[in-house]
Amino acid sequence: MAYTLKVNGDTKTLNIEGDTPLLWVLRDHLGLTGTKFGCGVASCGACTVQVDGVAMRSCVLPVEAVTGAEIRTIEDLAHGEILHKVQQAWIDNQVPQCGYCQSGMIMAAVALLEENPQPTDEDIDGAITNICRCGTYQRIRKAIHQAAKA
Amino acid sequence: MSSHSKALKITKRALLVGGLAVGGGLVVGYAYLRDKPGTAGFEAVGISGTALNAWVKITPDGRIILAVPRAEMGQGVYTAIAMLIAEELEVNLGQIEVEHPDVDGKYANAFILTEPMPHFRPLIWLVERVAAALPLIVTGGSTTIRDGWEAMRRVGASARIMLVQAAAMRWDVAPEDCGAAQGSVTHAKSGRSLSYGELAEAATRIKPPSDPQLKPPSAFRLVGTPAPRVDIPAKVTGRAQFGIDVVLPGMLYAAIRQCLFRGGHILSYDADVVLGLPGVEAVVPVHGGVAVVAKTYWQAKKALEALPIEFDDGGNRELSSKSISELYRQALDEGDAVSVRADGNAERALEKSATVLEAVYELPFLAHACMEPMNCTALVKGDAVEIWLGTQAPTMANWGAAEGAGVETDKVTMHVTFMGGGFGRRQEMDISRQAAQIARALEGRPVKLIWSREEDIQHDSYRPAVMAKFKAGLDETGAVTAWTNRLVLQSVEADYGKRNLPEILGSDGDADIAMTQGADDMPYALPHYTVDKVIMKLPMDVGYWRSVGHSHNAFFTECFIDELAAASGQDPFAYRRALLSQAPRQLHVLDLLAEKAGWDARAKPAAGRGRGMALHACFGSFVGQVVDISLSVQGELSVDRVVCVIDCGMTVNPDTIEAQIESGIVYGLSAALYGEITLQAGQVVQSNFPDYEVVKLAAMPVVETHIIPNTNYPGGVGETGTPPIAPALANAIFNATGKRIRKLPLQNADFLSL
Repeated sequence: MAYTLKVNGDTKTLNIEGDTPLLWVLRDHLGLTGTKFGCGVASCGACTVQVDGVAMRSCVLPVEAVTGAEIRTIEDLAHGEILHKVQQAWIDNQVPQCGYCQSGMIMAAVALLEENPQPTDEDIDGAITNICRCGTYQRIRKAIHQAAKA
Repeated sequence: MSSHSKALKITKRALLVGGLAVGGGLVVGYAYLRDKPGTAGFEAVGISGTALNAWVKITPDGRIILAVPRAEMGQGVYTAIAMLIAEELEVNLGQIEVEHPDVDGKYANAFILTEPMPHFRPLIWLVERVAAALPLIVTGGSTTIRDGWEAMRRVGASARIMLVQAAAMRWDVAPEDCGAAQGSVTHAKSGRSLSYGELAEAATRIKPPSDPQLKPPSAFRLVGTPAPRVDIPAKVTGRAQFGIDVVLPGMLYAAIRQCLFRGGHILSYDADVVLGLPGVEAVVPVHGGVAVVAKTYWQAKKALEALPIEFDDGGNRELSSKSISELYRQALDEGDAVSVRADGNAERALEKSATVLEAVYELPFLAHACMEPMNCTALVKGDAVEIWLGTQAPTMANWGAAEGAGVETDKVTMHVTFMGGGFGRRQEMDISRQAAQIARALEGRPVKLIWSREEDIQHDSYRPAVMAKFKAGLDETGAVTAWTNRLVLQSVEADYGKRNLPEILGSDGDADIAMTQGADDMPYALPHYTVDKVIMKLPMDVGYWRSVGHSHNAFFTECFIDELAAASGQDPFAYRRALLSQAPRQLHVLDLLAEKAGWDARAKPAAGRGRGMALHACFGSFVGQVVDISLSVQGELSVDRVVCVIDCGMTVNPDTIEAQIESGIVYGLSAALYGEITLQAGQVVQSNFPDYEVVKLAAMPVVETHIIPNTNYPGGVGETGTPPIAPALANAIFNATGKRIRKLPLQNADFLSL
């Protein structure tokens, strides 16, 4: 069946099964591989994207549920060479290690700061529930605080 | 120790080689030759046939490209190697482009080949047993910097010397009158200057110096200073390419199901049920399982779920964590033990001791749970095989692909990507073998095989489950008179060999020194000191897990030493200190740790608070940690702060060291709090992050890392943060509650709530 999606400002029409999770639509149909597959059960957050401004885990989000919604992925954060302040804070604090979870982390952090521009440590604890096996959490917290000041 | 004497020693001759690069420009690299008569080995026959360790290429248009044959998995290896080269080449870090070269056999990890590294002893054996040239690349054992420390600086120095000589010849001046800085050679007297690019062609005609002089560490301008990692910008924009991100024209996707039962296999499946489903192209039997191939991953996954499969249980339906624990407990007392160390007469010393303490510890199987699930893309055309993946061991991946496609290893071309975590998991042959098997069945079409998280958790090469029984004697003053330790566990070496290359790597595990590392080489002065091990044979795949044997042995030994301190009424810091008279580097770490953590022997912990310490040596480095915890009256545990001191010799990139320590601590903390793989009815119980829980941001303690500056040879870093965290935490819980933790994970302790 044909589904029309708005991804990073572009409108795309795809002929796919309606239960295909948004994650695989982004990665395999639209070539946006910055969004990662980690668990497939909305547990780890590696697949986090924004749907109408809200951070959501795309691995369990069927495409039929997001037609018409504004979808934003990691690829849309920077404008050319100008990085989003969260991305810049991530570089300044040398956050990523293997880097695999970081797209999801950054998308979760961007959504948090859009909703709550000056989050406390407790706010960050509550909002960032993604998993990082390299253990970059201390730097993530620091980078979010830095981005909040930027 | 007998096991050490068995370890292979290869004498090495290292040779700097330089020459003309493909496409023009200068290449300088480092080759290792084996001084072993009668073997083709790593014979240097010029650039094209040389076992180059890494090379730097300077193109006529001035680009400086560094090929690093080591895997970047977040440990900062691209940056660290580039720093070592840039230091001597006299360029800025930003002037170097780093790439992982496609693998066709020009590389060797000299440290692993030339040192009896317990971590990779099977591979060392292999070099002995296989006469033909054998390119080995492994990133593991925290060896990258130890391997590259001198070699990479020599490469940089040689290239610089050749460029300077080329300039001197062109200007007809003495090379001593020329200087190199920031990518140019200058002749101060005449004010002339040429860029490295302009000199690259001419430098190819200069013979590389055989023994270039290196800067003394005091003259370093780059090495030892924090530098931003070169791989990070691509990792904040989504551009970094991991194995799972590879896209090829006409690519198909495969989903896989492997046998649910340990030691079992797939009896049958009914492909007809799914062959008509949308997008499905094929159902392919593979090593250990069956794969469904479809036009998209989602189609493949859905079809796989619909595929009726019958499993053989391998006769292991009775196997469970409980049954394994019972077997282990029996082996503690009756098992057929192999002596690993026997100093003095511990049994007699125990009989004479004023006090004898005994304790049994138990640790579970652990999964690696890398963020990026296992995956590999393969394309087979005739007898040519191409694979794309992130791997810690391209050599093993190459063999896996060759076996899977039924071709010789030299027919395999490998494209190595970033890895979404490694931790020891990505040095197995399984994924490339399966991908090649699938691609062979769909010849001419690239196929990307992706394991689900459930497959990843249930078909790992696990950290072994381990049980240990300790006895120690104390005299009237509390001093240790004797120490005995029996370990019961599977051998990683034997299992890795059996799983990956049984005909070559077969081993009974008796000589597996990795399983006792950290237990048989303790720094404490122990007058009578006995360690033995009972090697268990179980249908459970065990493998290399971050810090390997240290992951369990640090927990056992540092908890037990804490028990001795408590039994003798002494402060844990003072007790350890008194035993370290022969270990100056450990003593220095311990002293600085106490200072930085504000350790106060007299202070009683406040209600609901506790602190504990642990000290451990591994991979050529020395690490100590103090953990502060809070515990509510309901038993809710919070790990508040970890102070870590490391002596890892001279440093390359201190910021990376701090990051790796933070990483190692979180990895070990996840295991200590939640980590366990259990078995029920012959199957792994856990399957995904909801039931294989790990530390998240809210549970992250504040970590403070202090690096001891010194001039010792660099030690490893990537694995060293992991071993001390579990014992330091367990000792902190004892400090707060008076209750000993002898079994992990803590989520199973009835008085705690996580």
